[in-house]
Parts: sequence; structure tokens; C-alpha cells
Amino acid sequence: MINKKVKSVQEALAGIEDGMTIMLGGFGLCGIPENSIAELVKKDVTNLTCISNNAGVDDFGLGLLLQKRQIKKMISSYVGENAEFERQMLSGELEVELTPQGTLAEKCRAAQAGIPAFFTPAGFGTEVAEGKESREFNGKMHILEHAYKADFAIVKAWKGDEAGNLIFKGTARNFNAPMAGAGKITIAEVEELLPVGSLDPNQIHIPGILVQRIFKGEKFEKRIEQRTVRKK
Amino acid sequence: MLGKEEIAKRIAKEVKDGYYVNLGIGIPTLVANYVRTDISVEFQSENGVLGMGPFPFEGEEDADIINAGKQTITTLPGASFFDSAFSFGMIRSQHVDLTILGAMEVAENGDIANWKIPGKMVKGMGGAMDLVASAENIIVAMMHVNKAGESKILKRCTLPLTGVGCVKKVVTELAVMEVTPKGFKLLERAPGVSVEHIIASTEAELIIEGEIPEMKIG
Repeated sequence: MINKKVKSVQEALAGIEDGMTIMLGGFGLCGIPENSIAELVKKDVTNLTCISNNAGVDDFGLGLLLQKRQIKKMISSYVGENAEFERQMLSGELEVELTPQGTLAEKCRAAQAGIPAFFTPAGFGTEVAEGKESREFNGKMHILEHAYKADFAIVKAWKGDEAGNLIFKGTARNFNAPMAGAGKITIAEVEELLPVGSLDPNQIHIPGILVQRIFKGEKFEKRIEQRTVRKK
Repeated sequence: MLGKEEIAKRIAKEVKDGYYVNLGIGIPTLVANYVRTDISVEFQSENGVLGMGPFPFEGEEDADIINAGKQTITTLPGASFFDSAFSFGMIRSQHVDLTILGAMEVAENGDIANWKIPGKMVKGMGGAMDLVASAENIIVAMMHVNKAGESKILKRCTLPLTGVGCVKKVVTELAVMEVTPKGFKLLERAPGVSVEHIIASTEAELIIEGEIPEMKIG
């Protein structure tokens, strides 16, 4: 067993510097690496390019980094939940690359899988296709999209073991699975960090080979963005 | 003239036995409430779940189980979870039978615009571009006219496009229209709404053949 365990979030995030490109898992606030984000705020690294489906809300998730102007460029598919984001974007302080969600996921997966580029029909005929090569396959137009290149990928899982194997829960798997192994270094923060042998190999979603550092998050708030319920 | 719930009710009639269905945010989400209970249908949400159920009971919400609108949900027996890349894989490979989504504008060539108003609203396309580029069967739920009374059913879209030549059917508060190679064909009118009213509310040309029946809702 190759041990990937690190003792603290500080140790896990060692080497993240100003100007780097970082992928962060999560959909909305579901499955975001909240302990790592809190540490990035403390670390005060700036000029970051962040690849993340969403940008958090004003006071949680990546919204915390936006408030401190630590992000230079955001690559996302949907940013509607964050007023500060919209303000920085419309004023030109923040560079934004809006990408169709399936394309964003596949650009991560392509990086994870060692595929430099792929064709997708998403965005053909729209401003997303501007400047991109297009080609017809089976009578349908597609555009060429490239794999992301990131210095770090930070993902959040439910359970992990010291070998870096990961298991996700519910819809918190989202972008965490395709981002694992998609950066030069992948950091996993988990709710439960178990000794090797505790997880059934049949149930592993991401094998430890894709993870370089794993740590147990100190505290998970797991904030709910839209609490919708029905009466008993 | 139909309300939002009635638009959802009318669209629910398009959902057939054995369909996997992706519902967008807004009116489309309401469609799930009106699908016949004697047929088998599974709802997909692009953030990674198939077999979505109703909202959880108070106190049983789980932050790790949400839909693409970030709402807490439940799952039904037979449900499954998967990651975002996998989710859009099943959408791109056309395993999802029906996509229902909202729009700001649709055009008679099947173009749709629903993600951006330049200089005003830039929230992003989310999964809409992937869905409309891949789905074979797309129904749009929308209002026929905007608050100023201007038609949103157009000859050509004026807003930045989400997808080209993809919309198959449109259901509004006034009418059901099919997108044909020759343009919008009027199929049904809302109860109490005249064909003249629909023509006056539509910037695009409408193909009208014979008597246009009233929609049956409920």
C-alpha cells in the first residue's frame, strides 16, 4: 500500500501558489471541498484560475475566495447564485469563461483519462463555438474541445482510505469523480478517513492511483442551497 | 389562457410509458407532478441522479442529495447516482428520451435562446447547451409574450443562442405549436383563446390547417 494520508489541510495544500490553476469539485454547494476552500482563504493565494461548475454563494464555497479577490479567472457553467460574482464579472474585474456543463465535465474527464481533446455537439452554432474547429460526424456538427490543464485538483469524498481510494455519496459525486487525477496533483478531503482494508474494493468509485494526498476534513457544514420539503 | 401549472399539466401528456425524462428548472420541474401514475417514467437530473422522487419530508433533507436546481430531493426504488461526466454521456448518447426546458425565445427554425441577456443577465448556460444539442425530443415550456406584451415566438432569435434547429414542440399559455421544416404549426389553442389572439401574439408565421382544437388539460 502506498500511503497518501497527510495530517492536515495545511499539509494537503502545500505547494499551491499565486497564479496557479485549480480544479474544485462540487455542484452548487453539494460536494464542495469546503475545508480546502477555507484554507485557501487563510493561505491568501491570489491570481488563481478556478475550474468549478459553480462559484458558490456570496458567503460560502468559492464565494469566499471571490470576496477576497483571490480569483483572477473563473471557468464555470452556471454562476447565477452569486451576486458578488456577477458584479465582478460585469465590471470586468473577473475574467469568466462560461462552458456548457457537459463539456466542462468532459474536459475534466479527458484530462483524467489522458485524452487531449474531443468533439462534442454542445454549443455548435452558439458563441461557445467561436474560434473553435468544427467538424461533421454522422450528419451532425460538432466542435473541438480540449482537456483542461490544472496544477491541482481538489475533490471531496464521503469515505476514503489511506491508499487514496474514494467513495462518494449521493449527488455529491458530480464533478469530484471526473476531477480526480485531472490535475498534476490531486488532493482529496474526506468525511471519514479509514485504514486500508476498511473499504470493499467492489465499492470504490475512484482508485487511489488518482489521488496524491488525502486528509480528513475537520468540519463539514454541508450547507443546503435550496431547502425544499413536503409536509408529513 | 393557461397558468404555469396548466402548462405543466399539458406537457405531462407528452410523457409516455418507458421514458427517461430530463426536466429543466421552472415550469418543467412542475411537470413531474402531473405525469400519469399508471405509466413507468424515470426522471434524470444532470447533476447525477436517475429515479428522482418527490421533495423530502421536513427534517429528512440530505445536503448530498439534490437536483440540478440545487433543491433537496428524494430517490425512488431503482434509482442510481453517477458523476457529471457520466451524466452528460447518457444525454449525449441519446439515452434520455425527452428533455423539457424553459426558454426566453424560440424561433421557427427550431433555434432556442435561454442563457444570456448581454449586459444584463449572465448566469451561464449550465447544462442547457449539452441537452439541446443532443436530445432528439425537446419540448419548450415558456410564456408566449414577455411582460411588455412582445412575442417570444420569433422568426429568428435575437438573444445569444443556446442551440440551433433543435426545438420540436412549444407549449405556452396560449398554444401548442410544433416546429416543422416550414416553421411553427399551430396544433392546439388554450381554452377560450382564439386563433386570432394567437396570431396577434406571435411574431413568427403560423401554419394553420383546418380547425384548431382546444387543449385538453387534466
